[in-house]
Amino acid sequence: MISLSHYLILAAILFSISVVGIFLNRKNLIVLLMAIELMLLAVNINFVAFSHYLNDLSGQLFVFFILVVAAAESGIGLAILVVLFRNLSSIDVEDLDSLKG
Amino acid sequence: MEFKTILFYIFSAVTVLAALRVITARNPVHAALFLVLAFFNVAGLWMLLQAEFLALALIMVYVGAVMVLFLFVVMMLDINIERVRQGFWKNLPLGALVGGLMAVEMSMVLSGRYFGLANLPPQNLPANYSNTKELARLLYTDYAYPFEIASVILLVAIIAAVMLTLRTRKDNKAMHASDQIAVKSKDRMRLVKMAPEVEVSVPTAKEGEQA
Repeated sequence: MISLSHYLILAAILFSISVVGIFLNRKNLIVLLMAIELMLLAVNINFVAFSHYLNDLSGQLFVFFILVVAAAESGIGLAILVVLFRNLSSIDVEDLDSLKG
Repeated sequence: MEFKTILFYIFSAVTVLAALRVITARNPVHAALFLVLAFFNVAGLWMLLQAEFLALALIMVYVGAVMVLFLFVVMMLDINIERVRQGFWKNLPLGALVGGLMAVEMSMVLSGRYFGLANLPPQNLPANYSNTKELARLLYTDYAYPFEIASVILLVAIIAAVMLTLRTRKDNKAMHASDQIAVKSKDRMRLVKMAPEVEVSVPTAKEGEQA
């Protein structure tokens, strides 16, 4: 019998993996974007699981809107990445210091 | 063990392994493909949770569109992997420690009895229940405005992505309609003020000849 805790723990594990991914791949912008996608996926698992066990469809609608925002985010992120690569010939985060921040 | 339980463990094990490979894969193309695998297995999990519409939307929208976009970009860029992987192994022990601690702590909290999460009964839906129909009913009644805002967000994303990557050629002769409309009559013709002609004193010898 699979309970709500099982799904929540799975989502927690996925979320931790993507946090570690952001930490390890700090230089590779494209893997950073993928880790963010993975994080959003973990959150979506939580929403769907709660929606199933609490018998409320609003959770699934929330997942729908999160998918919309995530698609927009990755589209713009990849566009920025392409422009960046065109200008710098690199996607290393350490090269993005032209603002001297 | 029930069949659904076995399915849950298979799907979640493959998801976690694929996620681990996403963050450790050397080649970004492999990372993107493992992300596709993770999305597929999560779609299977959502099927187990009776969220059929979202499971199919995840596969079609995410695997079909977003991940293909990722693959396109990854293949288009020429990435210096050696440079990008610098410091990976140096940071791995600390990262694994922090991540493992996070996962263990969250699991301990979530598997405890404090919230009564283990006792919630799963949904028992009738066989003719349509998840898609119910979602659509909510989407077009209670969530009509958020739905429209979501479409505006997608439109903004399209325009932003196009404008960011648009590159105009130097010899482009296309005309700007807004510039043409905004033009004033002053811009069309320029009146140049010039000093009036000055009478030049002609040499007197010629005058003498005419006279």
